[in-house]
Amino acid sequence: MKKIIYFLFLFLFCIGIFANAQDNAGLTLPAGFKANLFAENIGGARHIAITKNGVIFAKLNRANKQGQSIVRLEDTNKDGVADKITGLANYGGTGIYLNGNNLYASSNEAIFKYELNNNDEVLNPLSPVTVVTGLINRRQHESKSITFDKANHIYVNIGAYSNACQEQDRTPGSKGKMPCPILDSAGGIWKFDGNKENQTYGDGMRYATGLRNVVGLDWNTQTNKLYVSQHGRDQLNTFFPSLYTDAQNAELPAETFYEINEGDNAGWPYIYYDPSQHKKIVSPEYGGDGQKEGASNFINPAVAFPAHMAPMAVLFYTGDQFPAKYKNGAFITFHGSWNRAPLPQEGFFVAFVPFKNGKATGEWEIFANGFAGTIDGAKVTSTNKAKARPCGLAQGPDGSIYVSDDTKGTIFKISYNK
Amino acid sequence: MAQYKGKGIFLICILLFGLTQSIQAQNVINGKKIYETRCLVCHQADGGGVPNMNAPLDGSTNVVGNDIGRLVKIVKNGFKDKVELDGYYYSNDMTPNPDLSNAAIADVLSFIRTSWSNKASLVTLAQVNNANKGNQKKNSK
Ligand code: HEC
Repeated sequence: MKKIIYFLFLFLFCIGIFANAQDNAGLTLPAGFKANLFAENIGGARHIAITKNGVIFAKLNRANKQGQSIVRLEDTNKDGVADKITGLANYGGTGIYLNGNNLYASSNEAIFKYELNNNDEVLNPLSPVTVVTGLINRRQHESKSITFDKANHIYVNIGAYSNACQEQDRTPGSKGKMPCPILDSAGGIWKFDGNKENQTYGDGMRYATGLRNVVGLDWNTQTNKLYVSQHGRDQLNTFFPSLYTDAQNAELPAETFYEINEGDNAGWPYIYYDPSQHKKIVSPEYGGDGQKEGASNFINPAVAFPAHMAPMAVLFYTGDQFPAKYKNGAFITFHGSWNRAPLPQEGFFVAFVPFKNGKATGEWEIFANGFAGTIDGAKVTSTNKAKARPCGLAQGPDGSIYVSDDTKGTIFKISYNK
Repeated sequence: MAQYKGKGIFLICILLFGLTQSIQAQNVINGKKIYETRCLVCHQADGGGVPNMNAPLDGSTNVVGNDIGRLVKIVKNGFKDKVELDGYYYSNDMTPNPDLSNAAIADVLSFIRTSWSNKASLVTLAQVNNANKGNQKKNSK
């Protein structure tokens, strides 16, 4: 009898291991890739950064139950699962970036700098250096994502606190302001010096403008250029039912991925990008009718994605673990839409954008899907039902990538085994 | 004769009850239509909202609470106070609905107060009229 029970347990145990190894943490991946849960329930994890030893720092949207808003995750026994989890700070926010031994993190108004020791432990958890402060936070599009170029300059997005710069935000019939005054202090990317302290608007420069809300940005070290992903405007159908049907709103405007040069203007709020016409179309708040083209000096996207899926992070893949086609291409996380209703929501996946000779080809494909956790790939009708919403992205020292989720705070690890 | 009288009153009562019931159902049906065209986009089909962005109506203590005046004001004027609602903050700006009649506001509030897991009372036209008077007084002060 004992033996039978023993074998039964052994059998169940094996099934357990097998199921875990096979189900890829619920994700669908290209052949040869596998995924596992690196951590769960750490709190809504926005962006993540990884040290050269593989320690992950996750920035939380708001402080977790322990009152901490930066979580440090270490996999000490190297089994692919975090086993030592600690934390610091208490301000909510999105941005986090590792630059050598310096860990930069953002609240919705400021950027702070911490120093790491050789064990990747934060030396000054209670006394970070304030690098940038006083950035606009009017709650709408409030997150401040950050990246760096090779010369230690910080690039931070300051989202527009508005949908389309109307006189009255999100109010039918309210005209767009001309010129849009928001663009003086938001709706763009600002550049600051990573070495200086207590900088604010006057110390930095507006590097690019006409960007409604950028959450994902990364420096392409290969071509030495900034890339950003923008969240396009909402509610064309609810405000302009005579110009746009529900079905058109579900596909318009494109979520856009731009290569940015200093001084670029991407055109918000005056235009939006129509992915089916491949044109910059004048916003209806500024007299557009769905056809009229906008000024040509606004830049074109490198890739146009379907509407409303909310790109959250960009990662140029520089590792050697994944097959060659991924090298120097860009991964982009998509949070999943809400503004496609009444049509089903889309997104909730990680996309891959191939690059050739330092330029995006214009194509894209779904790399990892299934984060929403619906049964048999059913569509999500209400955004809050998605189990996980992809947000942050980072590349580990071994070339695996990690994806964070900001609903409950899952961290997925995705690797390739030849 | 007295017997018939009693029956008659009983019948009238049933009729009246039935009538108010169907008026109430009609309110909620109207309210659902308004919800679908004006509110669903943000508060979603299940009333659960969008995390960190659009507040949930399902399960909200304010939505099923007694302060009808506040709800009327929110629907009419929109809402961007970014205050804590049941422990969370929401970053979006809610669209105002200045063109909705008091009756339509009563209907949409009746719908959101009795849908999903919400089981609060319906909102009457009189309550909305009253709330508007109250709001006007406050505004003119
Ligand atoms: C553009 C998106 C949007 C639309 C459309 C919208 N809402 Fe809202 N609603 C919000 C947001 C965002 C909040 C929270 C605002 C805040 O905290 O400042 C909110 C809050 C509310 C609240 C308060 C909830 C609470 O817990 O106190 C009610 C009630 C409400 N909405 C009802 C409605 C109704 C009814 C409609 C349709 C007539 C509607 N909303 C349309 C975005 C929207």
